[in-house]
Formats: sequence, structure tokens, C-alpha cells
Amino acid sequence: MLDIRVDAKRYPERGGRPHLALSALQMTVQRGEFVCVVGPSGCGKSTLLNIVGGLDRAFEGRVTMGGGFPEDVGFMFQEPRLMPWSSVLDNVLLVARGGERARLKARALELLRAMALGEVLDAYPGRLSGGMMRRVALARAFVNEPALLLMDEPFVSLDSPTADRLRAMLLAQWQRCGASVLFVTHDLREALTLADRVCFLSPAPGRVVLEFAVDLPRPRARAGAQLERLHAALLADHPELLAGLPAAQGDVTEGRPVA
Amino acid sequence: MTAERLFPPASVVRTSDTPRSPPVATEPVLVTVQRGERRLRLASLVTFVLLWQLAASLADSRTLPDPLAVLARIGAETASLALPAHLAVTLGRVAAAFAVAMLAGALVGMAMGRWRRVDAFLDAWLVLGLNIPALVTIILCYVWFGLNDWAAILAVAINKIPTVVVTVREGARAVDPRLLEVARAYRLPWRTTFLRVYLPQLVPYLMAAARAGLSLVWKIVLVVELLGRSEGVGFQLNVLFQFFDITGILAYTLVFAVVVLAAEGWVLRPLERRLTGWRG
Repeated sequence: MLDIRVDAKRYPERGGRPHLALSALQMTVQRGEFVCVVGPSGCGKSTLLNIVGGLDRAFEGRVTMGGGFPEDVGFMFQEPRLMPWSSVLDNVLLVARGGERARLKARALELLRAMALGEVLDAYPGRLSGGMMRRVALARAFVNEPALLLMDEPFVSLDSPTADRLRAMLLAQWQRCGASVLFVTHDLREALTLADRVCFLSPAPGRVVLEFAVDLPRPRARAGAQLERLHAALLADHPELLAGLPAAQGDVTEGRPVA
Repeated sequence: MTAERLFPPASVVRTSDTPRSPPVATEPVLVTVQRGERRLRLASLVTFVLLWQLAASLADSRTLPDPLAVLARIGAETASLALPAHLAVTLGRVAAAFAVAMLAGALVGMAMGRWRRVDAFLDAWLVLGLNIPALVTIILCYVWFGLNDWAAILAVAINKIPTVVVTVREGARAVDPRLLEVARAYRLPWRTTFLRVYLPQLVPYLMAAARAGLSLVWKIVLVVELLGRSEGVGFQLNVLFQFFDITGILAYTLVFAVVVLAAEGWVLRPLERRLTGWRG
């Protein structure tokens, strides 16, 4: 189980007083659970992921998973962040560990083929479309079959058919390898499509103000009637909570600048 | 107006999952351009030799010998093994000084690009190093370390290091922190991070430093040899100058220049093409 407790996370602000990004934030992710973190822009969602991912160690609090800081981690960023000088296969192999080379390669190949990238194994990322690059990044995140997968709005700025396809691939791989997932998004519909449980963050300083278990069977259609009912009910029950969310204005995930 | 002109054909509609099509039909054009350029380069070389021949026939043959005389001299010096011997010694020094300068310059440049405090501390030294005349460094190295090969190589390297530092520092400042974050997020060992995430970003800068470096190093090596060594192309040029042997001077210069150009064209450039092939 992943246990997150951030008492305070401050950013030194040049010339002014320090900015308090997170405060008294507490949440847990059960083993194999898919948790989405939803919150308005600037509420510290990415900061939270950077802390859990070990990229930012300057905070007050504790993050533990199985007795220590989580080390067996896969990370998917907002941008694909592939090494442009390495082929698709080498990008996945770069992070692969825990086994001899032949076995790692077999695992990477299997993943890439499952993501319909078998034809471009030797291509450089610069030749790929945005959607293909995300799929490579997704394969990279899963190649070690990590205990914890951290995802920072990984499907923004994709058109919705492409994003839907990637979400389906993500769920398939997650169900196969059983990782705990912490998935950050500002898109409530996306969260309801994916998550076992949704944690809502307040505006900065961010803390969890509502936890909501999504009790719908998978696969869930993003525009399905059940999901729409759930979405409407949530908005009706907690209008103040979601006021800052762009998802409240309908499905407009394309082309929005990323905060 | 037909309907086809109002609506794009279905194949043109792109989602972000459509792969970018590789550039089409540019290759034949490129080949033609390259062929035309090659012809022009050849014409330039022929014109140069002809002008040389013309000038030589007008001038005194002692001050400016014609190309054939120089070519004959190259043959004679090669047969006597004098030229290969001097050339080998000089090339050895070029290689050693080049390697030392690249290694030291790259390490210092990376450190200065990475840590602001190191940069602030070493910046004044760097400006000093960039502005000291080569001759001063050479004289001081000989005075302090003796008239030996180590002093010679060190003098050349010291002249070259500052320019390598400047170029590599530029590259180290431009390194993408987001890619380094990937390495940290996946807990890559530092060796893998350095070799496969950090260093590839510096390759264009290292190659620029290497190419500029080679041309600087081989010029300074001759001065170093002229001032304090008793073998090598620089030493030999000085001897030939004492005897006012212009044919000999041109013969040595020509061979040396050709060797360095070959090193750049057949070693450095293919290496660069291999390392930056992913851009193409």
C-alpha cells in the first residue's frame, strides 16, 4: 500500500514570500488500485507526483510503500519525453532492469507489439506521431512491471479517439501487471472512465477534499449513460468543489494549454 | 467547382496517431545538387593549380617553384623517409595534444555549464586563457617544464582547452532537464544517465569543438616544434627556411595539410554523421 502524507511543500518565490503548494495532504493507494487525482490548475497535482516519484525531496512529510520510499516506479509525464537519439526499442530498453538482456528485450518487444508499435521498433521518435510517442512512453512505463505507476496528465493534447485508444491500452496493461496507479488529471470524465477511486484536491495549498469511489464495471464508455449520470450527480452534489475544473464545461480536452 | 475541391480526401485527415510522412521526392534533387557541387569543387581545385603554375612561370623559380617541382620534391623526401618520419612525429603530437585538450576542456566545460558556482569561479581564468597569445604559453611551458615532448604537448593543449570549454559549456547549459528527470524517475544508474541521456545532448557541441580544435592544434604544433624540438614538420620547416628552400617548405606544408584534411573528412565527419543520424 502506498501511503502519502505531505505536511507542507513550499516553493521559494523570488522576491516574495514562499508559495505553499501542498498542505496537510493525506492519501493512500491500495495495492493494485487505480486512483485518479483531480483538481484545478495550479493546485499542486504535478508537485504531488514529483514528490511521490522521488523527483522532489524537499518537502515535509512521508511517502512510504511497503516500508520504504517507493523505488519500483514507472513514470509517464505530460510530454512523451523520449530520447530523440535512441530508437523506439532502445528508449524502452533504456529503463528496463531486473533480468538478463535477452529477457528484457523479449519483454520490451512484447509490450511494443501489444501497443501496435511492432513496425517502428527501429524508428527514431522524431519520425513518430504524437499518439505513437505516447504509446512508446506507455510501454516504457510498463516494461519493468512496476509496483507503482505515476502518470501526470499523460494524454493531454491528443485528439479524443487517440486518447481513448491509449486509455484502453493503459487499462489492459494495468489489469495484466497489477500495478498501483496514481493518475493525475484535470479532466473529471477521464478520471471517472479510468479510476477505482477519485481524489479531489482543493485549490492551492492543495489537500484532498473529497474521495469518491467509482462503482462502475469496466470497460466504461467515456460518453456512456452511466458515466454521464455519475458526472452530473457529482457536479450537483459538489458544485463548489469542481468549480475550478474545466471538465465542468463539457468535454473540451483538446488544445487547452497545459498548466 | 467539384466536390473534391471542397473537401480534402480522406487520407489527408490526420489524427495525432497518424505517423508523420517522411519527406518524399527530395532525394533526386539533392543528388543533382550534390553532383553539381562536386563538379564545382573540382573546378576550383584545378583553377588553383593553374593559377599557381601561372604565377610560378612569371616569378623566379627559387621564390615560387611550380606544382610539378613541389610534387617531385614530395616524392624524393618520401623516398628518403625523412618526410614520413617527421610527419609521424608531428601527427603523434597533434593526436596527443588534441586528446588532452578535448578531454580536459570537455570535463571543465561540463562542470561550468552544470554548476553556476564553478562557472563563477573559473570564468576569469577562462577569459585569461582565451586571450593569452599562443607564443607566450609555448615559451613558458618550455621554460618551466624543459625542452621536452611533454612540455610541447602541454603547451598546445593549453592553447586549445579554453575554446573547447566555451563550446562545451554552451552545450551543458542547453541540456534538457526534463530528460534528466526521466533518468531520475526511473532510477537509472549514473553511468547510464551520463552516457545515454546526458552525453548525447552534448554531441553536436563536442563535434564542433573537435573540428575547430583540430585546425587550431595542427597550426600551433608547428610553432611549438619550431621553437623547441629537434624533429617534426615544424622543426623541418625551420631548417628549410634557413636554407631558403621554398620547394621543401611547400612540399612539407602540402603533405601535412592533406593529411589533416583527410583526418577531418574521413574520421571526424563520418563520426558526426553517425552520431547525429537520428536528426535526418
